[in-house]
This record gives sequence, structure tokens and C-alpha cells, in this order.
Amino acid sequence: MTTRKKHLLPGFGLSLGYTLVYLSLIVLIPLAAVFLRTTELSFSEFWAIVTTPRVLATYRLTFGASLLAAVINLVFGLLTAWVLVRYQFFGKKILDALVDLPFALPTAVAGISLTAIYAPNGWLGQWLEPHGIKVAFTPLGVVVALTFIGLPFVVRTVQPVLEDFSTELEEAAASLGANRWQTFFKVILPAIWPALLTGFSLSFARAVGEYGSVIFIAGNMPMISEITPLMIITKLEQYDYAGATAIAVVMLVISFALLLLINLLQWWSSHRHGGK
Amino acid sequence: MHTTQLEQYQGKVAYKRATSEPPWVRWTLIGIALVFLALFLLIPLAAVFAEALRKGWGVYLAAITEADALSAMKLTLIASLVSVPLNLVFGVAAAWAITKFDFRGKSFLITLIDLPFAVSPVIAGLIFVLIFGLQGWFGEWLIDHDYKVVFAVPGIILATIFITFPFVARELIPLMQAQGKEEEEAALVLGASGWKMLWHVTLPNVKWGLIYGVILTNARAMGEFGAVSVVSGHIRGMTNTMPLHVEILYNEYNYAAAFAVASLLTLLALVTLVLKTYVEWRASHDAAIQEKEVTV
Repeated sequence: MTTRKKHLLPGFGLSLGYTLVYLSLIVLIPLAAVFLRTTELSFSEFWAIVTTPRVLATYRLTFGASLLAAVINLVFGLLTAWVLVRYQFFGKKILDALVDLPFALPTAVAGISLTAIYAPNGWLGQWLEPHGIKVAFTPLGVVVALTFIGLPFVVRTVQPVLEDFSTELEEAAASLGANRWQTFFKVILPAIWPALLTGFSLSFARAVGEYGSVIFIAGNMPMISEITPLMIITKLEQYDYAGATAIAVVMLVISFALLLLINLLQWWSSHRHGGK
Repeated sequence: MHTTQLEQYQGKVAYKRATSEPPWVRWTLIGIALVFLALFLLIPLAAVFAEALRKGWGVYLAAITEADALSAMKLTLIASLVSVPLNLVFGVAAAWAITKFDFRGKSFLITLIDLPFAVSPVIAGLIFVLIFGLQGWFGEWLIDHDYKVVFAVPGIILATIFITFPFVARELIPLMQAQGKEEEEAALVLGASGWKMLWHVTLPNVKWGLIYGVILTNARAMGEFGAVSVVSGHIRGMTNTMPLHVEILYNEYNYAAAFAVASLLTLLALVTLVLKTYVEWRASHDAAIQEKEVTV
């Protein structure tokens, strides 16, 4: 199997070596530190830290709100991508560029801005408050912030697939007697499904780790509106390094599992898409 | 067969109906998308400037020219000026190794490069505290040598590098993959040295991808909050970046000032989006020209 072809291009050793050293110094060794530090705890100590009621409540909020936000982004992201690809309307180019705003806007700015809008005296909060809908300083606010953070992912993964999607398939479906709904659900949706799922998982994964935009709007009440990343900060501020590290390990393991899932989805997506 | 004009017209209508939606559906969908984007993008954007100017231009200007704000801007610039070039060099090296050569474990390496995207910013800060903090691996050694990493500028820079680590590599890898290696091989055959080839062939070919990556890296570096917040220690005028300064002002209920500084970061985000759109346009423009040249 090892029929080594001599590289014609130079710099393989240098570039790969540099890549590996830099990667190890900045990413791998520091991340390994987290796992090594937890080995200072016994398993029962570790388990006790990561399953206290207050910490469990943060998992529920973090994963629940992230899931809800990702679902919102799945639905509206698909709709937005569809509208941007298929229809013409005034201001479309600007809106298209603005979709990336959550990538470009610092999370702290997003956090204080959303809080100002949804506070009881804010632009939107003053209309919601009389109806008994409280957004700022509640778990609902967390969902709003996470929706903002994850907004571009579904749009940006679905958009190129929709652009490349050949209308001939739609014409074929129509000529075979399918109506528009059937064409969408039986022809278009299966084709964009992998991209849609990829965007959904990216949005979910980003939301799970998000900190900056959430802490301003959440109110951060223990058991009610505390997210897991905030729990890590709280432990650090109490100089409880072991506690912070234990929770971080739980989050890292979940994040890595999500990353693996996303890679599989992208692989599936590109094979589906490329194989056409 | 003779088709009348009416039949032709009916055929067109039927064709249109089959592959597009009726106007009322179209406008409803556009309407929903507009409301969604307005709610989540336009209103938050407008709110930043409205809140920043609520107490007038005098307060606004005072807030952004105050000494602590200026030193926060300086630190934000420093963090970005260090992390962007480092990650740029890394991105080029990684993309070169990955796209021009075949080796085992390549896709695993790509996954490892993506890791920082999967890590919560808070954990990105935590890892450097665990290594360089008081109770960290190098904590005592650093104290003995009177050198501070955590709660000081080096920690902020390290956290920023970690957070923005994959951006340039991610942009370059698919681009250089698509371009293949014929042009570089031609340059070498014609007698160019390795560095010359990199400088005159490879980099100009991926120019827009490179700029795109730098823009994204810079935006994230200047705006990073969670990671930097963990390692900074929030020492005013010393270890405060702009996003941290916004937080401090906000927590002091100094909303006008907080939003004033936030508005600068928002302007930065808008400039980023404009540049990004321009670069995307130029890249597709150049690609179209190249395609024309090839076909001619």
C-alpha cells in the first residue's frame, strides 16, 4: 500500500510540522489540561459535582433552550434561505448580507441590545409585558439570545444547496402531476435535508457553549435561568477550580460528540450533494 | 401541428404554476422572513444606536473618549494585531500541508483544527487559567519569575488566538483544494524557489479567501467576550478589552456609555459585513473572468 510517490512540491515537512506544533501548543495541550486536571478528583467526587441540583438545572436550561432556538432557526432559516434564493424583492441584497450579523457582532453587544429591547420598558418588552409575556430575565430570554446567535447557520448551509438545486427536477415532478406541496416535500426537502440538519446541529452546538449574549438577558437566577457556562464562571470566581473543571469536562465531551455528528452530517451532505 | 397563441399562453401559465408558488404564497413567505429578520437583526441593530444616543452626542463622545475606554480600545487592537497574523501564518501552513500533499490522518487533522469552534468560549478561557493561573501547572514558576499570563495581557492574547484559531485555515483549505497543484508545479519546473512560488503563485491565487479569513478572524478577535472575560480579571485601564468595558459599564447601570462603546463594536461589525460582501463579490467576479479566459 505504501507506494510512496516523491513529492514534487516543497515544504511538506515544514508546513505540516509547523501546523502540528502550533495546533498542539494552542489547542491540544491546553485542552488536555482540562481532562488531566479532572483526574485529580475521584470519580465519585466528579460525579457529585456535575450532578448537584443547581448544575442539573443549568444543563436543562442550556440544552433545552439551545434545542428550542435551533428548531426556531431550522424553520425560519429554511424559510429565509428559500426567500433569498427564489424570490426577488426590494432590499434583498442588504438583508442577505445582514444575515451574517450574528457572526460579526460581538456577543456582549447582542446581549445588552436584546436585553434593552425585551426589558419591561423596552421597544418590544412594553408590548409583551401587558400580555403577561416576560422575555428579559427569564428562560425565554435565553431562547431569544440563542436564536440570534444561531440564526446564520441554517440559512448559510441551506442557501448554496438551494441555489444549485436544478429546477429540472421540480419541472419533472410537476409534469408527473405533483402539486407544489408534493414537489417541495418529496423532491426539494429530501435534497436539502442533509444541509438542513447540518445547519441545525451547528446552530445547536454554538448555542450550547454560548455565554456573552445570554448572561445579560438571562437574569442568572440559580435553578431558573442559569446556563452551564455561567456555572463554570461562578465556580472559578469562588476559586473552586476542581468544580469548574469537572463541569467543563462534561461540556467538552458533549461538544466533541456534537462536532463528530456535524462532521458525519457534512460528509453525508457533500456525498449526497456531490453524487448528483 | 399548429398551436394557437392562446394554447401557447396557457402552456406558459401552467409551466409557471408548476415550478413557482402563487403570488399570495410568495408574498406571505417573504413577509414572514422579513418579520423574522427584522425582529432578530434589524431591531437589535437599531437599538444599539438608539440607546447609545439616548442622552445626546455629548454623553456619547465623552463615553468613547474617556481614558478607560481608550485603553480598552488599545488592548482590543493589540489582541487582534497579535492573533490575526499568527493565525494567518498557521492557516497558510495548514492549508498548504493539507491540500497539496497526501498523508494519513488528514481528515482527523482537519477535525482537530476545527476543535476551537466546538469549545465554549468560557472553557477556552478556563484552559489557560488551569495552565498559567495561580493553581495552574506553571503558576508557581511564573510567580517566581515575576511574569503574569492570567489576569494580564498575554492571557487575553492567548485566549483570543485560541478562539480565532480555525478561521483562516477553514477558508483556505477548500479553496486550495479546488485549485489543485498544477500552477505551483509549473512554477517550480520553470525554476522558481519554494518561497517565490508561495509568494507569486499560491498566495495571489487564494488572495480573496485569505482576506476573507482575515476579516472574520479580526471581527471575532475584537469582539470576543466569554474567553477573554475568564482570563482578564477585569482590571480597568489594564486588562479590559472593549467588550469587557461594555460589560462593566452596563453592570454599573451606565447604560448610555455602555451602548456608546457597544456602538463602536457594532460599526466594526457592519464594516466587517460590507468588506465581507465586497470580497465575496470580487472573488466570484475574478472566478468568472478566469473561466472566460479559460474558455477563450
